[in-house]
Amino acid sequence: MTTTSRPPEVLRAPLVVEFPFTRSLGPVQSAFLTGLRERTVLGVRTTDGKVLVPPVEYDPATADEIRDLVEVAATGTVTTWAWNPRPRPGQPLDTPFAWVLVQLDGADTALLHALDAPGPDAVRTGLRVRVRWAARREGAITDIACFEPDDTAPGARRPAPHAGAFDDPVTGIVAPARLDYTYSPGAAQSRYINALAERRTVGERCPSCRKVYVPPRGACPTCGIATDEQVEVGPAGTVTTYCIVNIKAKNLDVEVPYVYAHIALDGAGLALHGRIAGIPYDQVRMGLRVEPVWTDSPTGGRFPDHYRPTGEPDAEYDTYKELI
Amino acid sequence: MTDTTKTTHKEPVAVVGIGQTKHVAARRDVSIAGLVREAARRALDDAELNWPDIDAVVIGKAPDFFEGVMMPELYLADALGAVGKPMLRVHTAGSVGGSTALVAANLVASRVHGTVLTLAFEKQSESNAMWGLSLPVPFQQPLLAGAGGFFAPHVRAYMRRTGAPDTVGSLVAYKDRRNALKNPYAHLHEHDITLEKVQASPMLWDPVRYSETCPSSDGACAMILTDRAGAARSPRPPAWMLGGAMRSEPTLFAGKNFVSPQAGKDCAADVYRQARITDPRREIDAVEMYVPFSWYEPMWLENLGFADEGEGWKLTEAGVTELDGDLPVNMSGGVLSTNPIGASGMIRFAEAALQVRGQAGEHQVEGARKVLGHAYGGGSQFFSMWLVGAEPPTR
Repeated sequence: MTTTSRPPEVLRAPLVVEFPFTRSLGPVQSAFLTGLRERTVLGVRTTDGKVLVPPVEYDPATADEIRDLVEVAATGTVTTWAWNPRPRPGQPLDTPFAWVLVQLDGADTALLHALDAPGPDAVRTGLRVRVRWAARREGAITDIACFEPDDTAPGARRPAPHAGAFDDPVTGIVAPARLDYTYSPGAAQSRYINALAERRTVGERCPSCRKVYVPPRGACPTCGIATDEQVEVGPAGTVTTYCIVNIKAKNLDVEVPYVYAHIALDGAGLALHGRIAGIPYDQVRMGLRVEPVWTDSPTGGRFPDHYRPTGEPDAEYDTYKELI
Repeated sequence: MTDTTKTTHKEPVAVVGIGQTKHVAARRDVSIAGLVREAARRALDDAELNWPDIDAVVIGKAPDFFEGVMMPELYLADALGAVGKPMLRVHTAGSVGGSTALVAANLVASRVHGTVLTLAFEKQSESNAMWGLSLPVPFQQPLLAGAGGFFAPHVRAYMRRTGAPDTVGSLVAYKDRRNALKNPYAHLHEHDITLEKVQASPMLWDPVRYSETCPSSDGACAMILTDRAGAARSPRPPAWMLGGAMRSEPTLFAGKNFVSPQAGKDCAADVYRQARITDPRREIDAVEMYVPFSWYEPMWLENLGFADEGEGWKLTEAGVTELDGDLPVNMSGGVLSTNPIGASGMIRFAEAALQVRGQAGEHQVEGARKVLGHAYGGGSQFFSMWLVGAEPPTR
C-alpha cells in the first residue's frame, strides 16, 4: 500500500445524521402497542367488517374514523417471505432470518415481522407460525421478539371485541432515526478549505459578473457560469451587520454575550459569518474593520477562531452598503 | 360554456372550506395522522362536503429533518381520505404552506381536478427544528447563532438603512399578541400582555427580544379549493383567488438584498399583475404576512409594495397595521402568536380567505374585500403569495 503526502483533490468525510424523534401514538396505536406489552394482539375492524392488523386510525377504503378494536390470535400463517442472510444492526435478530408477512388467525391483513428459522429451506408460504414474545416488554413492536414455526392447525378463531383499555397505557414512543452519509464538499470548496489550512481565504471570481464568491461553490448562482479564477481575499474585512447573541448554544464553547457578524473580506463579493472578539461586545458596530485570528487548538479547525479589530478607522457606510 | 369561459384561460379558484386545529405547544393526545385529520375534517365540515367529494390531496410540511417524517404523502393517505386519489407533497421550507395551497389551486385552475383538499402541518413538540437546521456538516464552520441569529443581523441592517426607532419591533409584537386574543385557534393567548412587558423581555439576539420571536407550535391547517361549479354549491360565501405566485432565489449570492429580497418583490408584482392591482396600499384591505420576528412586518410592508423603501416602519408606528387601522396586518395574531412551521404559510393564506368570506369572527376586518396572504422561507429565498377576494375574478 502506498501513501501520498498530497492532499486529496476532493475532500470526503463521514456525516452521521441521528436524532431520537418522539411520536404521540393517538388512541389506536396506543392500544395496539400497550396490548403487545400485555401479550395481546389487537386489530381494528373496518366499516365493511375486515380486521386490520396492525390497526390504523382511519379506514383505507372509506376514510371513516375506525375505533372498533378486536383481539386476534398470536398464531398465524405466512403469506409471503424473503430470506435475510446478513442482518444489519438494529434488525429483530442478529442471526440470518426471514422477513415474513404473517396473517394472524382472525385478521384479514398481514403483519410484517421476522421469522426465526434455520435456513430458507425451512420457510414457505403457508407455514404456520406463532409469536415469540420478548422477555422484557415495554409497549413497542419489538415486544414481539420475532415469529417462530408452529404446528397448530389454522384457527377458525373469530376475533373477540376488545375495549383496548389497559392500566398505564403507552402514549408515546421514541423513534431513533439515523442516516449515514459520505459527505463531499466538491472540488471548489475543497480548494477553499485546503487554502484555509494555510490561513489563506481564497474565493473564485465569476467570469461574467466579476463578483468574487467566498466560499466558492464552483459556479456563480446569479449567472450560472462556472467560476475558475481563484482570488485571495482579505485578510482584513468590514463588519457589514451583526447581532449580539445572548443564548448559549449547545456544542459551542463560547461565553455569552458574543457578537455574530457578517464580515465582507476585502475583495469579496459577499459577506461571510464570524464571531467578533477582542473588543467589548457593546462596542462592535457596522463598518468596524476586523482581521481573522487563527488558533492552533485542535478544535479550532481550519476556520479563523474569531475576528478582532484592526485599529483602522471604520469603513464608510457607502463602501459596504451593497454587501449588507 | 359561458362567454366568461371563452375569454379566460384559467378556471377561477374558490376557497369553500377552511379548518384549523387549536394551535398549542404540544398535542400529545393525537398522532400526526390524528392532527391532520382534525384540520381536514373541519375544512370538509365548513364546506359541507365529505371525503368522496375530494378529487385530490396536496400536502405540505416542514423540511424532513425537522420531524423525521420523510414521506407524509404515503404515511397520511388514509387519514386524509386519499386512497385511490392523486396525492402529492410540496416542499419549500417555511413558505411551504403557501406553496402547497398554490399547487392545489393550480390543479383546479388548470381543470385537472374539480375539488382539492390541501393541508399543511407541523408537530414541533415531536421534532427539533434547531437540530434540523444545524446538521454537523464536515469541514463547515458550525452555525454560531441559530435561527434568530440568522435573521437578527438583517433586522439591524433594516434599522440602519431606514433610521427606524428601535421600538418599532415591540409595537408589532404587542399588536400581534393582542390580535391573537381574538383568535380562538391562536397558540399564544397572553391576556396580561402590555407594551412594557414586550419591551422589558430579554434580548435574545440583539436587536431581537424574546417577545418579538415566534413560539413553537403543534398544529395543522386545511382548505378545500374548488371550481365555479363547486363554489356555486358552497353553503357559505367562497373566497376567490385573484392572483397567486411563487418565486425563489439562492440563499446567498453577491448582491442579495436580505432586507428586501428581489424574489419577494417579483412575487408580489406577479400577484398584483394577475389581480390588476396597481396601488396595493389603497386597493388591498388587509394582509396576513409571515412575520416570525416582529421587525419583518415593516420590512415586508416595503417588500410587498405597501410602503416606499424606508417607510414601512412609519405605517407600523402610526397604527396603520392595527386591527382597526387602515391596513390591518396579521389580524389572526400571525406567526408571532402561532408557529407550526410547516403550516404557518397556509394559515396566512387561510386567514386571508376567512377575512374576505366574512368568517373571521372577533378578528374580522369589517368590509374586507381583498386580502393578501404571504409566506416566505429558507434564508429569505422562497416566497409564495395569494390575493383573495370576496368577488370572483372579472376575466
